[in-house]
Amino acid sequence: MENFLKVLLVKDNEVIALCGIIVIFFTIVAFVRAIKNDRLKRKSTAAKDTKEEQANDKIQVWPYLVRKEFIVCIWLTIGLLVWGCITDAPLEEFANPNVTPNPSKAPWYFLGLQEMLVYFDPWIAGVILPSLIIVGLMAIPYVDINPKGNGYYTFRERIFAITVFCFGFLVLWIMLIVVGVFLRGPGWLIFMPWQEWDSHRIVAETNYDFTQFFGIDSKSLLGFFIGGWVVALYYVLGMGIPYVVMRKGKTMAKLGIVRYALVAFLFWTMLALPIKILLRLMMNLKYVWVTPWFNI
Amino acid sequence: MERFINKIRQVIGEMSRTHMWRSFFRRRHDDTRRSRTLAIVGNFFMHLHPVMIARQAIKPNHTWCMGGITFFLFLFLTLTGVLLMFYYHPDTRNAYWDVKDLKYNVVFGSILRNTHRWGAHLMVITVMIHMFRVFMTGSYKPPREFNWVVGVILLVLTFLLSFSGYLLTWDQLGFWAITVGTNMARATPFLGHEGPFGEQLGMTAFNDIRFAILGGSEVGGNALLRAYIWHCIAFPLMTSILMGLHFWRVRKDGGSTGQL
Repeated sequence: MENFLKVLLVKDNEVIALCGIIVIFFTIVAFVRAIKNDRLKRKSTAAKDTKEEQANDKIQVWPYLVRKEFIVCIWLTIGLLVWGCITDAPLEEFANPNVTPNPSKAPWYFLGLQEMLVYFDPWIAGVILPSLIIVGLMAIPYVDINPKGNGYYTFRERIFAITVFCFGFLVLWIMLIVVGVFLRGPGWLIFMPWQEWDSHRIVAETNYDFTQFFGIDSKSLLGFFIGGWVVALYYVLGMGIPYVVMRKGKTMAKLGIVRYALVAFLFWTMLALPIKILLRLMMNLKYVWVTPWFNI
Repeated sequence: MERFINKIRQVIGEMSRTHMWRSFFRRRHDDTRRSRTLAIVGNFFMHLHPVMIARQAIKPNHTWCMGGITFFLFLFLTLTGVLLMFYYHPDTRNAYWDVKDLKYNVVFGSILRNTHRWGAHLMVITVMIHMFRVFMTGSYKPPREFNWVVGVILLVLTFLLSFSGYLLTWDQLGFWAITVGTNMARATPFLGHEGPFGEQLGMTAFNDIRFAILGGSEVGGNALLRAYIWHCIAFPLMTSILMGLHFWRVRKDGGSTGQL
């Protein structure tokens, strides 16, 4: 526990604790409001009218909104000044390229990406996946063609969209950051809060490539083809099965093949991360597909 | 007391009729609907606001204030950032000691630096929460799709602003955070010398994308200068322009409660 407190209070780590608390708080707020709204809507058939009524119930920005903005600015300034008085920003030793701290960590908001480095090669974890996150986020309004839930909290009307987004944001982004900050110690090994950070700890684990489980050399031509087939099958089946099931449905007709393919590709790419984490933790899987140029 | 207050009122009343006062403030502010409307329409700092807004939309638990807070933090960071620039030299010999000076020699220097750093971290948090809120209320749906795209770019710019500021203290924390962060660029497919097909395209440590980011093959004086210029000029400029666009689109496309 002592060690946990030490980790909690060094560098900018209390900020991440704060971030975690804020995120949990607002997640609860959002879902409570969504469920409340859903319940209200189920009860009253005239929910749409009330929304329109609300939109027509207008007040003047000056002074009612400007006043609030001003008060928030004052409180924020006070808060920041108090925070700046009681805690000092971290400043370590003079930069020295010859002394590598162990562990050396990226800024806290990139630790989710650094955490992915354990499971994927740098070109995927550090370049491809971040780019896909950005592209995927930008694509959201163009692939989400559900007209409901525009401008109010709801869960029932957007179950798929909200579930996927919350999984990505809360688990794959925030939780990986928290793991990277608080649980990753020397050698980028997992240290529980009650464990002392031991820089000499060695964990002997041998990771195997996928084809090695069947006794096939992953660097051989056969291994190359099997690995490639597994990756291809993952996407083909993942994207194909829901398509076949939903082919005749209304959603698919509205969505169209291009939008569907984009959603399915991004969805299965996102899920590849937790899948690979599980496979690594349970079966010591290293790579699925080994090629002379890159490994997946 | 009463007489004193009346006197002040009288003085202000007379002042507000002078030529100079009227040239500053353009019009009188009475407590009338018309005057309140003009306070928004006729004021440079207020004109991005709509005149009327849904009662629902200004409740704190509807928008959580997160977009506004993020904007305020940006202004706060610009102000403290400019002040910090007066005490800082972006070269490897001086940078670290300038930061030390801020802590021990400059009057209020440590508060200046602390609030700049905590404000920056807070801005990263609030911008993420803002995105979360916009998603949860479905506020990216038509006709506001493009504004969400602008918002995503602003999110990335916020990360980059914070990331480029990390190196400026030139201490072990910043140096290694940037080293770890930029090492990823080595692995960029095609453009990095350790990435897939990079070697085949003739990428080395001295001509790949990481070299372009750092101005060298390792984090050094050039990287510090580049981080400084990106952090203090390029990223804030890009962010300001896109923020203007972001707010303007909120006005044109409507906010979280629909048409404004």
